[in-house]
Amino acid sequence: MSWDWQVFCTDTLDQTTVAGCFGKGGDITYLDWLLSAWGWTVSVSLLSLALALVLGGLIGTLRTLQGRPWVVRLGNAWVELFRNIPLLVQLFLWYHVLPSFFPSLQRVPGFVLVIFALGLFTSARIAEQVRSGLESLPRGQRYAGMAVGFTTFQTYRYVLLPMGLRIIIPPLTSETMNIFKNSSVAFAVSVAELTMFAMQAQEETSRGVEIYLAVTALYVVSAFAINRVMAFIEKRSRVPGFIAASSAGGH
Amino acid sequence: MKKHLLAAAIVALAAGSAMAQANDTLAKIKGSASVTLGVRESSGLSYTLGNGKYVGFHTEMGERILDDIQKQLGLAKLDVKYQPVTSQNRIPLVTNGTVDLECGSTTNNAARQKDVAFAVTTYVEEVRMAVKANSGINSITDLKGRTVATTTGTTSVQTLRKNERAGNLDFKEVYGKDHADSFLMVETGRADAFVMDGSILAANISKAKNPADYKIVGEVLSVEPIACMLRKDDPAFKKAVDDSIKRQIADGSLAKLYDKWFMQPVPPTNTKIGLPMSEATKNAWAHPNDKPMEDYAKK
Repeated sequence: MSWDWQVFCTDTLDQTTVAGCFGKGGDITYLDWLLSAWGWTVSVSLLSLALALVLGGLIGTLRTLQGRPWVVRLGNAWVELFRNIPLLVQLFLWYHVLPSFFPSLQRVPGFVLVIFALGLFTSARIAEQVRSGLESLPRGQRYAGMAVGFTTFQTYRYVLLPMGLRIIIPPLTSETMNIFKNSSVAFAVSVAELTMFAMQAQEETSRGVEIYLAVTALYVVSAFAINRVMAFIEKRSRVPGFIAASSAGGH
Repeated sequence: MKKHLLAAAIVALAAGSAMAQANDTLAKIKGSASVTLGVRESSGLSYTLGNGKYVGFHTEMGERILDDIQKQLGLAKLDVKYQPVTSQNRIPLVTNGTVDLECGSTTNNAARQKDVAFAVTTYVEEVRMAVKANSGINSITDLKGRTVATTTGTTSVQTLRKNERAGNLDFKEVYGKDHADSFLMVETGRADAFVMDGSILAANISKAKNPADYKIVGEVLSVEPIACMLRKDDPAFKKAVDDSIKRQIADGSLAKLYDKWFMQPVPPTNTKIGLPMSEATKNAWAHPNDKPMEDYAKK
Protein backbone atom coordinates (compact mmCIF):
# COMPACT_ATOMS: atom_id res chain seq x y z
CA MET A 1 0.00 0.00 0.00
CA SER A 2 1.54 3.26 -1.07
CA TRP A 3 -0.03 6.68 -1.14
CA ASP A 4 -0.69 8.57 -4.30
CA TRP A 5 -2.13 11.97 -3.47
CA GLN A 6 -1.39 13.14 -7.01
CA VAL A 7 -4.68 11.49 -7.87
CA PHE A 8 -6.49 14.74 -6.99
CA CYS A 9 -4.46 16.62 -9.58
CA THR A 10 -5.59 14.22 -12.30
CA ASP A 11 -7.84 15.36 -15.11
CA THR A 12 -11.20 13.56 -15.03
CA LEU A 13 -11.32 13.06 -18.80
CA ASP A 14 -7.88 11.91 -19.95
CA GLN A 15 -6.36 10.92 -16.56
CA THR A 16 -3.26 13.07 -17.00
CA THR A 17 -1.73 15.01 -14.15
CA VAL A 18 -2.50 18.72 -14.30
CA ALA A 19 0.04 21.24 -13.03
CA GLY A 20 -1.39 23.32 -10.20
CA CYS A 21 -4.13 20.77 -9.53
CA PHE A 22 -6.99 22.95 -10.80
CA GLY A 23 -8.25 22.32 -14.32
CA LYS A 24 -8.14 25.18 -16.79
CA GLY A 25 -10.38 26.10 -19.70
CA GLY A 26 -13.31 23.85 -18.78
CA ASP A 27 -11.17 20.86 -17.83
CA ILE A 28 -11.99 19.39 -14.48
CA THR A 29 -9.59 17.67 -12.09
CA TYR A 30 -10.65 15.42 -9.25
CA LEU A 31 -9.80 18.27 -6.86
CA ASP A 32 -12.24 20.59 -8.68
CA TRP A 33 -14.83 17.88 -8.54
CA LEU A 34 -14.21 17.18 -4.85
CA LEU A 35 -14.73 20.86 -3.99
CA SER A 36 -17.89 21.10 -6.07
CA ALA A 37 -19.17 17.94 -4.37
CA TRP A 38 -18.43 19.53 -1.00
CA GLY A 39 -20.43 22.56 -2.15
CA TRP A 40 -23.41 20.32 -2.92
CA THR A 41 -23.15 18.62 0.48
CA VAL A 42 -23.02 21.97 2.27
CA SER A 43 -25.91 23.41 0.22
CA VAL A 44 -28.14 20.40 0.78
CA SER A 45 -27.34 20.41 4.49
CA LEU A 46 -27.81 24.12 5.15
CA LEU A 47 -31.04 24.44 3.14
CA SER A 48 -32.49 21.32 4.79
CA LEU A 49 -31.42 22.70 8.15
CA ALA A 50 -33.21 25.97 7.48
CA LEU A 51 -36.38 24.13 6.50
CA ALA A 52 -36.09 21.79 9.47
CA LEU A 53 -35.60 24.63 11.96
CA VAL A 54 -38.60 26.60 10.70
CA LEU A 55 -40.96 23.62 10.50
CA GLY A 56 -39.58 21.89 13.60
CA GLY A 57 -39.90 25.06 15.68
CA LEU A 58 -43.45 25.62 14.48
CA ILE A 59 -44.66 22.04 14.92
CA GLY A 60 -42.89 21.67 18.27
CA THR A 61 -44.53 24.84 19.55
CA LEU A 62 -47.98 23.83 18.32
CA ARG A 63 -47.64 20.57 20.23
CA THR A 64 -47.50 22.43 23.54
CA LEU A 65 -50.59 24.61 22.97
CA GLN A 66 -53.11 24.40 25.80
CA GLY A 67 -56.77 23.70 25.03
CA ARG A 68 -56.22 22.92 21.34
CA PRO A 69 -56.27 19.09 21.30
CA TRP A 70 -56.61 18.81 17.50
CA VAL A 71 -53.65 21.04 16.79
CA VAL A 72 -51.61 18.97 19.25
CA ARG A 73 -52.74 15.74 17.59
CA LEU A 74 -51.81 17.09 14.16
CA GLY A 75 -48.35 17.95 15.47
CA ASN A 76 -47.98 14.51 17.02
CA ALA A 77 -49.03 12.85 13.74
CA TRP A 78 -46.46 14.92 11.85
CA VAL A 79 -43.66 13.88 14.18
CA GLU A 80 -44.61 10.20 14.21
CA LEU A 81 -44.99 10.10 10.42
CA PHE A 82 -41.61 11.61 9.59
CA ARG A 83 -39.73 10.06 12.49
CA ASN A 84 -40.85 6.48 11.93
CA ILE A 85 -40.03 6.07 8.25
CA PRO A 86 -36.36 5.50 7.41
CA LEU A 87 -34.77 8.49 5.70
CA LEU A 88 -33.78 6.63 2.54
CA VAL A 89 -37.32 5.28 2.16
CA GLN A 90 -38.73 8.79 2.58
CA LEU A 91 -36.37 10.01 -0.10
CA PHE A 92 -37.54 7.33 -2.54
CA LEU A 93 -41.16 8.19 -1.73
CA TRP A 94 -40.42 11.79 -2.73
CA TYR A 95 -38.44 10.79 -5.80
CA HIS A 96 -40.23 7.78 -7.27
CA VAL A 97 -43.65 7.40 -5.65
CA LEU A 98 -45.07 10.93 -5.38
CA PRO A 99 -44.21 11.83 -9.02
CA SER A 100 -46.25 8.85 -10.20
CA PHE A 101 -49.30 10.45 -8.55
CA PHE A 102 -48.44 14.07 -9.39
CA PRO A 103 -46.60 14.04 -12.75
CA SER A 104 -45.64 17.70 -12.38
CA LEU A 105 -43.29 16.68 -9.56
CA GLN A 106 -41.15 14.89 -12.14
CA ARG A 107 -39.89 18.27 -13.31
CA VAL A 108 -38.64 19.10 -9.84
CA PRO A 109 -34.89 18.42 -9.59
CA GLY A 110 -33.61 15.80 -7.16
CA PHE A 111 -31.80 18.54 -5.25
CA VAL A 112 -35.08 20.16 -4.20
CA LEU A 113 -36.70 16.83 -3.33
CA VAL A 114 -33.79 15.83 -1.14
CA ILE A 115 -34.06 19.13 0.75
CA PHE A 116 -37.71 18.39 1.40
CA ALA A 117 -37.04 14.80 2.44
CA LEU A 118 -34.13 15.65 4.72
CA GLY A 119 -35.77 18.85 5.99
CA LEU A 120 -39.05 17.19 6.95
CA PHE A 121 -37.31 14.17 8.46
CA THR A 122 -35.18 16.43 10.64
CA SER A 123 -38.10 18.76 11.40
CA ALA A 124 -39.83 15.89 13.22
CA ARG A 125 -36.78 15.39 15.41
CA ILE A 126 -36.40 19.12 16.07
CA ALA A 127 -40.12 19.41 16.85
CA GLU A 128 -39.70 16.76 19.50
CA GLN A 129 -36.80 18.66 21.03
CA VAL A 130 -38.66 21.99 20.97
CA ARG A 131 -41.62 20.35 22.68
CA SER A 132 -39.47 18.81 25.39
CA GLY A 133 -37.67 22.13 25.87
CA LEU A 134 -40.95 24.01 26.32
CA GLU A 135 -42.37 21.33 28.61
CA SER A 136 -39.31 21.40 30.81
CA LEU A 137 -40.12 24.99 31.81
CA PRO A 138 -41.91 25.38 35.14
CA ARG A 139 -45.66 25.77 34.70
CA GLY A 140 -45.45 29.12 36.52
CA GLN A 141 -43.80 30.73 33.50
CA ARG A 142 -46.88 30.26 31.35
CA TYR A 143 -49.09 31.54 34.19
CA ALA A 144 -46.83 34.54 34.61
CA GLY A 145 -47.35 35.43 30.98
CA MET A 146 -51.10 35.13 31.34
CA ALA A 147 -51.06 37.15 34.55
CA VAL A 148 -49.48 40.17 32.87
CA GLY A 149 -52.19 40.04 30.20
CA PHE A 150 -50.20 38.52 27.31
CA THR A 151 -52.02 36.76 24.52
CA THR A 152 -50.97 33.14 23.80
CA PHE A 153 -48.72 34.39 20.98
CA GLN A 154 -47.08 36.95 23.22
CA THR A 155 -46.60 34.41 26.02
CA TYR A 156 -44.70 32.17 23.63
CA ARG A 157 -42.82 34.99 21.96
CA TYR A 158 -41.64 36.80 25.08
CA VAL A 159 -41.68 34.18 27.84
CA LEU A 160 -41.66 30.52 26.83
CA LEU A 161 -39.71 30.28 23.57
CA PRO A 162 -36.71 32.42 24.61
CA MET A 163 -36.14 30.13 27.59
CA GLY A 164 -37.18 26.83 25.97
CA LEU A 165 -34.99 27.29 22.90
CA ARG A 166 -31.93 28.06 25.01
CA ILE A 167 -32.37 24.76 26.84
CA ILE A 168 -32.38 22.71 23.65
CA ILE A 169 -29.28 24.18 22.03
CA PRO A 170 -27.10 21.14 22.94
CA PRO A 171 -29.40 18.55 21.32
CA LEU A 172 -29.93 20.94 18.39
CA THR A 173 -26.17 20.95 17.89
CA SER A 174 -26.21 17.19 17.49
CA GLU A 175 -29.09 17.49 15.06
CA THR A 176 -27.30 20.03 12.88
CA MET A 177 -24.26 17.75 12.77
CA ASN A 178 -26.52 14.82 11.90
CA ILE A 179 -27.96 16.72 8.97
CA PHE A 180 -24.48 16.97 7.42
CA LYS A 181 -23.98 13.25 7.75
CA ASN A 182 -27.51 12.37 6.63
CA SER A 183 -27.08 14.54 3.54
CA SER A 184 -25.10 11.62 2.08
CA VAL A 185 -28.42 9.98 1.11
CA ALA A 186 -28.67 12.64 -1.60
CA PHE A 187 -26.39 10.55 -3.83
CA ALA A 188 -29.27 8.11 -4.25
CA VAL A 189 -31.27 10.70 -6.19
CA SER A 190 -28.43 11.86 -8.33
CA VAL A 191 -27.13 14.88 -6.41
CA ALA A 192 -23.40 15.07 -7.08
CA GLU A 193 -22.39 15.41 -3.42
CA LEU A 194 -19.45 13.98 -1.49
CA THR A 195 -20.63 10.39 -1.16
CA MET A 196 -21.37 10.14 -4.84
CA PHE A 197 -18.00 11.70 -5.61
CA ALA A 198 -16.30 9.10 -3.39
CA MET A 199 -18.04 6.17 -5.04
CA GLN A 200 -17.47 7.43 -8.54
CA ALA A 201 -13.93 8.78 -8.23
CA GLN A 202 -12.58 5.68 -6.49
CA GLU A 203 -13.95 3.58 -9.33
CA GLU A 204 -12.33 5.77 -11.97
CA THR A 205 -8.96 6.24 -10.29
CA SER A 206 -8.59 2.98 -8.33
CA ARG A 207 -7.26 5.12 -5.44
CA GLY A 208 -10.10 4.41 -3.03
CA VAL A 209 -8.20 4.98 0.19
CA GLU A 210 -6.99 8.47 -0.72
CA ILE A 211 -10.42 9.48 -2.03
CA TYR A 212 -12.28 8.21 1.02
CA LEU A 213 -9.78 9.83 3.41
CA ALA A 214 -10.25 13.20 1.72
CA VAL A 215 -14.03 12.88 1.76
CA THR A 216 -14.00 11.80 5.41
CA ALA A 217 -11.88 14.82 6.29
CA LEU A 218 -14.35 17.17 4.58
CA TYR A 219 -17.30 15.63 6.44
CA VAL A 220 -15.43 16.02 9.72
CA VAL A 221 -14.53 19.63 8.92
CA SER A 222 -18.12 20.49 7.95
CA ALA A 223 -19.71 18.85 10.98
CA PHE A 224 -17.13 20.33 13.32
CA ALA A 225 -17.57 23.81 11.85
CA ILE A 226 -21.30 23.73 12.53
CA ASN A 227 -20.55 22.39 16.00
CA ARG A 228 -18.35 25.45 16.68
CA VAL A 229 -21.00 27.82 15.32
CA MET A 230 -23.59 26.29 17.63
CA ALA A 231 -21.18 26.41 20.57
CA PHE A 232 -20.70 30.11 19.85
CA ILE A 233 -24.45 30.70 19.74
CA GLU A 234 -24.86 28.75 22.95
CA LYS A 235 -22.24 30.88 24.67
CA ARG A 236 -23.55 34.21 23.41
CA SER A 237 -27.20 33.49 24.16
CA ARG A 238 -26.60 32.24 27.67
CA VAL A 239 -28.58 33.93 30.43
CA PRO A 240 -26.33 34.09 33.49
CA GLY A 241 -27.58 31.90 36.29
CA PHE A 242 -30.33 30.31 34.22
CA ILE A 243 -28.84 26.95 33.26
CA ALA A 244 -26.09 25.77 35.54
CA ALA A 245 -24.70 23.14 33.20
CA SER A 246 -23.94 25.52 30.37
CA SER A 247 -21.52 27.56 32.49
CA ALA A 248 -19.11 24.63 32.45
CA GLY A 249 -18.10 25.24 28.85
CA GLY A 250 -20.82 23.51 26.93
CA HIS A 251 -21.21 19.95 25.81
CA MET B 1 2.48 12.54 19.54
CA LYS B 2 0.70 12.82 16.22
CA LYS B 3 3.94 12.25 14.37
CA HIS B 4 4.53 9.06 16.35
CA LEU B 5 1.08 7.77 15.49
CA LEU B 6 1.65 8.52 11.84
CA ALA B 7 5.02 6.78 11.92
CA ALA B 8 3.45 3.75 13.61
CA ALA B 9 0.76 3.64 10.96
CA ILE B 10 3.33 3.81 8.18
CA VAL B 11 5.40 1.01 9.75
CA ALA B 12 2.26 -1.13 10.07
CA LEU B 13 1.38 -0.52 6.43
CA ALA B 14 4.91 -1.30 5.30
CA ALA B 15 4.89 -4.54 7.28
CA GLY B 16 1.55 -5.43 5.74
CA SER B 17 2.78 -4.92 2.23
CA ALA B 18 6.00 -6.81 2.99
CA MET B 19 3.94 -9.84 3.96
CA ALA B 20 1.86 -9.54 0.84
CA GLN B 21 5.08 -9.66 -1.15
CA ALA B 22 5.48 -13.37 -0.42
CA ASN B 23 3.79 -14.17 -3.69
CA ASP B 24 3.35 -17.80 -4.48
CA THR B 25 -0.34 -18.53 -4.61
CA LEU B 26 0.10 -22.09 -5.88
CA ALA B 27 2.29 -22.96 -2.86
CA LYS B 28 -0.26 -21.29 -0.58
CA ILE B 29 -3.11 -23.33 -2.11
CA LYS B 30 -1.09 -26.53 -1.89
CA GLY B 31 -0.06 -25.91 1.71
CA SER B 32 -3.54 -25.07 2.99
CA ALA B 33 -5.57 -27.25 0.59
CA SER B 34 -7.94 -24.31 0.35
CA VAL B 35 -8.44 -21.38 -1.99
CA THR B 36 -10.62 -18.27 -1.87
CA LEU B 37 -12.60 -17.31 -4.95
CA GLY B 38 -13.80 -13.70 -5.13
CA VAL B 39 -17.37 -13.45 -6.46
CA ARG B 40 -19.97 -10.71 -6.95
CA GLU B 41 -23.42 -10.52 -5.42
CA SER B 42 -25.33 -8.81 -8.22
CA SER B 43 -23.48 -8.48 -11.46
CA GLY B 44 -24.43 -9.93 -14.83
CA LEU B 45 -21.51 -12.34 -14.86
CA SER B 46 -21.47 -13.38 -11.22
CA TYR B 47 -24.25 -13.16 -8.66
CA THR B 48 -25.76 -14.82 -5.62
CA LEU B 49 -28.93 -16.85 -5.20
CA GLY B 50 -28.81 -16.28 -1.44
CA ASN B 51 -27.80 -18.77 1.26
CA GLY B 52 -24.12 -18.48 0.32
CA LYS B 53 -24.69 -19.86 -3.17
CA TYR B 54 -22.87 -18.05 -5.96
CA VAL B 55 -23.51 -18.59 -9.66
CA GLY B 56 -23.01 -16.95 -13.03
CA PHE B 57 -20.88 -17.33 -16.12
CA HIS B 58 -17.67 -16.09 -14.52
CA THR B 59 -18.28 -17.79 -11.17
CA GLU B 60 -18.68 -21.17 -12.83
CA MET B 61 -15.68 -20.55 -15.05
CA GLY B 62 -13.66 -19.70 -11.91
CA GLU B 63 -14.74 -22.97 -10.29
CA ARG B 64 -13.49 -24.88 -13.34
CA ILE B 65 -10.17 -23.03 -13.22
CA LEU B 66 -9.78 -24.11 -9.59
CA ASP B 67 -10.63 -27.72 -10.55
CA ASP B 68 -7.80 -27.66 -13.09
CA ILE B 69 -5.43 -26.19 -10.51
CA GLN B 70 -6.40 -28.91 -8.04
CA LYS B 71 -5.49 -31.53 -10.67
CA GLN B 72 -2.25 -29.74 -11.50
CA LEU B 73 -1.22 -29.67 -7.84
CA GLY B 74 -2.31 -33.28 -7.30
CA LEU B 75 -4.49 -32.37 -4.32
CA ALA B 76 -7.01 -35.01 -3.24
CA LYS B 77 -9.30 -32.33 -1.86
CA LEU B 78 -9.46 -28.56 -2.41
CA ASP B 79 -11.65 -26.47 -0.18
CA VAL B 80 -13.10 -23.57 -2.23
CA LYS B 81 -14.20 -20.61 -0.11
CA TYR B 82 -16.37 -17.92 -1.65
CA GLN B 83 -15.78 -14.31 -0.75
CA PRO B 84 -18.29 -11.77 -2.07
CA VAL B 85 -16.53 -8.57 -3.14
CA THR B 86 -17.71 -5.12 -4.25
CA SER B 87 -16.29 -2.65 -6.74
CA GLN B 88 -14.85 -0.77 -3.78
CA ASN B 89 -13.03 -3.59 -1.99
CA ARG B 90 -12.11 -6.09 -4.69
CA ILE B 91 -8.60 -4.77 -5.43
CA PRO B 92 -7.53 -4.40 -1.76
CA LEU B 93 -8.86 -7.90 -1.00
CA VAL B 94 -6.82 -9.43 -3.82
CA THR B 95 -3.62 -7.54 -3.00
CA ASN B 96 -3.80 -8.27 0.73
CA GLY B 97 -4.23 -12.01 0.14
CA THR B 98 -7.84 -12.44 1.34
CA VAL B 99 -8.96 -13.42 -2.15
CA ASP B 100 -6.73 -15.60 -4.37
CA LEU B 101 -8.69 -15.37 -7.62
CA GLU B 102 -11.51 -12.92 -8.36
CA CYS B 103 -13.85 -13.85 -11.20
CA GLY B 104 -16.62 -11.26 -11.23
CA SER B 105 -17.01 -8.40 -13.65
CA THR B 106 -13.74 -6.53 -13.27
CA THR B 107 -12.58 -4.45 -16.23
CA ASN B 108 -8.93 -4.94 -17.08
CA ASN B 109 -7.48 -1.43 -17.34
CA ALA B 110 -4.05 0.14 -17.12
CA ALA B 111 -4.69 1.84 -13.75
CA ARG B 112 -5.59 -1.49 -12.14
CA GLN B 113 -2.65 -3.28 -13.74
CA LYS B 114 -0.41 -1.19 -11.47
CA ASP B 115 -1.86 -3.07 -8.47
CA VAL B 116 -3.02 -6.46 -9.76
CA ALA B 117 -2.66 -8.88 -12.68
CA PHE B 118 -5.42 -10.16 -14.94
CA ALA B 119 -6.00 -13.55 -16.54
CA VAL B 120 -6.73 -13.65 -20.26
CA THR B 121 -9.90 -11.81 -21.22
CA THR B 122 -12.95 -14.05 -21.20
CA TYR B 123 -15.72 -11.55 -21.87
CA VAL B 124 -15.70 -8.27 -23.74
CA GLU B 125 -18.30 -5.82 -22.56
CA GLU B 126 -19.71 -3.21 -24.91
CA VAL B 127 -21.24 -0.10 -23.39
CA ARG B 128 -24.46 0.91 -25.17
CA MET B 129 -27.81 2.36 -24.17
CA ALA B 130 -31.28 1.05 -23.41
CA VAL B 131 -34.26 3.18 -24.39
CA LYS B 132 -38.01 2.79 -24.62
CA ALA B 133 -38.78 1.12 -27.96
CA ASN B 134 -41.08 4.00 -28.97
CA SER B 135 -38.73 6.81 -27.95
CA GLY B 136 -37.24 7.35 -31.42
CA ILE B 137 -33.71 7.43 -30.00
CA ASN B 138 -31.32 5.44 -32.17
CA SER B 139 -27.94 7.00 -31.64
CA ILE B 140 -26.03 9.04 -29.11
CA THR B 141 -26.59 12.14 -31.22
CA ASP B 142 -30.35 11.75 -30.60
CA LEU B 143 -29.69 12.40 -26.92
CA LYS B 144 -29.33 16.15 -27.40
CA GLY B 145 -31.39 17.90 -24.75
CA ARG B 146 -32.52 14.59 -23.23
CA THR B 147 -31.86 13.05 -19.85
CA VAL B 148 -29.48 10.12 -19.61
CA ALA B 149 -29.26 7.74 -16.65
CA THR B 150 -26.29 5.72 -15.53
CA THR B 151 -25.19 4.10 -12.30
CA THR B 152 -22.91 5.72 -9.70
CA GLY B 153 -19.60 3.93 -9.26
CA THR B 154 -19.29 2.55 -12.78
CA THR B 155 -16.93 3.35 -15.63
CA SER B 156 -19.97 4.28 -17.76
CA VAL B 157 -20.18 7.64 -15.99
CA GLN B 158 -16.76 8.45 -17.35
CA THR B 159 -17.65 7.12 -20.80
CA LEU B 160 -20.70 9.36 -20.89
CA ARG B 161 -18.66 12.38 -19.85
CA LYS B 162 -16.11 11.72 -22.60
CA ASN B 163 -18.79 11.34 -25.27
CA GLU B 164 -20.53 14.49 -24.15
CA ARG B 165 -17.30 16.42 -24.38
CA ALA B 166 -16.11 14.91 -27.67
CA GLY B 167 -19.41 15.21 -29.53
CA ASN B 168 -20.26 18.63 -28.13
CA LEU B 169 -23.53 17.11 -27.00
CA ASP B 170 -25.56 18.71 -24.30
CA PHE B 171 -27.63 16.30 -22.26
CA LYS B 172 -28.61 16.05 -18.62
CA GLU B 173 -27.16 13.20 -16.58
CA VAL B 174 -28.86 11.47 -13.67
CA TYR B 175 -27.21 8.80 -11.56
CA GLY B 176 -28.99 5.80 -10.08
CA LYS B 177 -27.58 4.28 -6.93
CA ASP B 178 -27.66 0.82 -8.54
CA HIS B 179 -28.59 -0.64 -11.94
CA ALA B 180 -32.17 -1.41 -10.92
CA ASP B 181 -32.56 2.21 -9.84
CA SER B 182 -31.17 3.54 -13.13
CA PHE B 183 -33.48 1.29 -15.12
CA LEU B 184 -36.42 2.42 -12.99
CA MET B 185 -35.68 6.01 -14.08
CA VAL B 186 -36.14 4.98 -17.73
CA GLU B 187 -39.25 3.00 -16.80
CA THR B 188 -40.84 5.95 -15.00
CA GLY B 189 -39.82 8.44 -17.69
CA ARG B 190 -37.41 10.39 -15.49
CA ALA B 191 -34.64 9.51 -17.96
CA ASP B 192 -34.76 8.83 -21.71
CA ALA B 193 -31.84 6.41 -21.93
CA PHE B 194 -29.77 4.19 -19.63
CA VAL B 195 -26.12 3.94 -20.65
CA MET B 196 -24.43 0.82 -19.31
CA ASP B 197 -22.67 -2.46 -20.10
CA GLY B 198 -24.64 -4.45 -22.67
CA SER B 199 -25.02 -7.53 -20.46
CA ILE B 200 -26.46 -5.47 -17.62
CA LEU B 201 -28.92 -3.71 -19.96
CA ALA B 202 -30.02 -7.05 -21.40
CA ALA B 203 -30.49 -8.53 -17.92
CA ASN B 204 -32.54 -5.53 -16.74
CA ILE B 205 -34.74 -5.57 -19.83
CA SER B 206 -35.33 -9.30 -19.44
CA LYS B 207 -36.58 -8.64 -15.90
CA ALA B 208 -38.84 -5.70 -16.86
CA LYS B 209 -42.62 -5.98 -16.67
CA ASN B 210 -42.86 -5.90 -20.43
CA PRO B 211 -39.45 -6.55 -22.05
CA ALA B 212 -40.76 -5.71 -25.53
CA ASP B 213 -41.13 -2.05 -24.48
CA TYR B 214 -37.37 -1.59 -24.36
CA LYS B 215 -34.53 -2.02 -26.78
CA ILE B 216 -30.77 -1.65 -26.81
CA VAL B 217 -29.66 0.86 -29.44
CA GLY B 218 -26.82 3.03 -30.58
CA GLU B 219 -23.16 2.74 -31.31
CA VAL B 220 -20.74 1.02 -28.94
CA LEU B 221 -19.62 3.81 -26.62
CA SER B 222 -16.80 1.92 -24.97
CA VAL B 223 -15.28 -1.56 -25.10
CA GLU B 224 -14.13 -3.13 -21.84
CA PRO B 225 -12.29 -6.42 -21.49
CA ILE B 226 -13.55 -8.31 -18.41
CA ALA B 227 -11.22 -10.86 -16.84
CA CYS B 228 -10.44 -12.74 -13.66
CA MET B 229 -8.15 -10.80 -11.34
CA LEU B 230 -5.19 -12.21 -9.41
CA ARG B 231 -2.16 -10.96 -7.50
CA LYS B 232 0.59 -9.20 -9.40
CA ASP B 233 4.01 -10.80 -9.92
CA ASP B 234 2.95 -14.42 -9.51
CA PRO B 235 3.75 -15.87 -12.98
CA ALA B 236 3.24 -19.53 -12.01
CA PHE B 237 -0.31 -18.93 -10.74
CA LYS B 238 -1.17 -16.68 -13.70
CA LYS B 239 0.06 -19.38 -16.08
CA ALA B 240 -2.04 -22.05 -14.34
CA VAL B 241 -5.15 -19.84 -14.57
CA ASP B 242 -4.51 -18.83 -18.19
CA ASP B 243 -3.82 -22.44 -19.23
CA SER B 244 -7.09 -23.58 -17.71
CA ILE B 245 -9.02 -20.83 -19.54
CA LYS B 246 -7.30 -21.67 -22.84
CA ARG B 247 -8.16 -25.33 -22.29
CA GLN B 248 -11.83 -24.39 -21.69
CA ILE B 249 -11.88 -22.28 -24.86
CA ALA B 250 -10.16 -24.97 -26.94
CA ASP B 251 -12.43 -27.87 -25.95
CA GLY B 252 -15.60 -25.80 -26.38
CA SER B 253 -16.68 -26.04 -22.75
CA LEU B 254 -16.51 -22.27 -22.25
CA ALA B 255 -18.80 -21.74 -25.25
CA LYS B 256 -21.27 -24.19 -23.70
CA LEU B 257 -21.02 -22.25 -20.46
CA TYR B 258 -21.77 -19.00 -22.33
CA ASP B 259 -24.82 -20.59 -23.92
CA LYS B 260 -25.99 -21.80 -20.51
CA TRP B 261 -25.77 -18.37 -18.84
CA PHE B 262 -26.74 -16.02 -21.69
CA MET B 263 -29.03 -17.94 -24.02
CA GLN B 264 -30.91 -20.33 -21.71
CA PRO B 265 -33.26 -19.48 -18.82
CA VAL B 266 -31.17 -18.74 -15.71
CA PRO B 267 -32.01 -18.70 -12.00
CA PRO B 268 -33.45 -17.21 -9.87
CA THR B 269 -36.38 -16.10 -12.09
CA ASN B 270 -35.72 -18.51 -15.00
CA THR B 271 -35.74 -15.79 -17.60
CA LYS B 272 -33.51 -15.68 -20.65
CA ILE B 273 -31.01 -12.85 -20.95
CA GLY B 274 -30.78 -13.53 -24.69
CA LEU B 275 -27.47 -11.86 -25.48
CA PRO B 276 -25.60 -13.65 -28.29
CA MET B 277 -21.82 -13.62 -28.07
CA SER B 278 -20.37 -10.40 -29.50
CA GLU B 279 -17.70 -10.33 -32.19
CA ALA B 280 -15.36 -8.72 -29.68
CA THR B 281 -15.77 -11.61 -27.23
CA LYS B 282 -15.29 -14.17 -30.01
CA ASN B 283 -12.14 -12.35 -31.04
CA ALA B 284 -10.79 -12.35 -27.48
CA TRP B 285 -11.34 -16.12 -27.26
CA ALA B 286 -9.67 -16.72 -30.62
CA HIS B 287 -6.59 -14.77 -29.53
CA PRO B 288 -6.32 -15.09 -25.73
CA ASN B 289 -4.63 -11.99 -24.29
CA ASP B 290 -4.59 -9.82 -21.17
CA LYS B 291 -4.47 -6.44 -22.89
CA PRO B 292 -6.01 -3.58 -20.88
CA MET B 293 -9.03 -1.56 -21.96
CA GLU B 294 -6.81 1.25 -23.27
CA ASP B 295 -5.49 -1.06 -26.04
CA TYR B 296 -9.02 -1.71 -27.27
CA ALA B 297 -9.74 2.00 -27.60
CA LYS B 298 -6.81 2.49 -29.97
CA LYS B 299 -8.26 0.21 -32.60
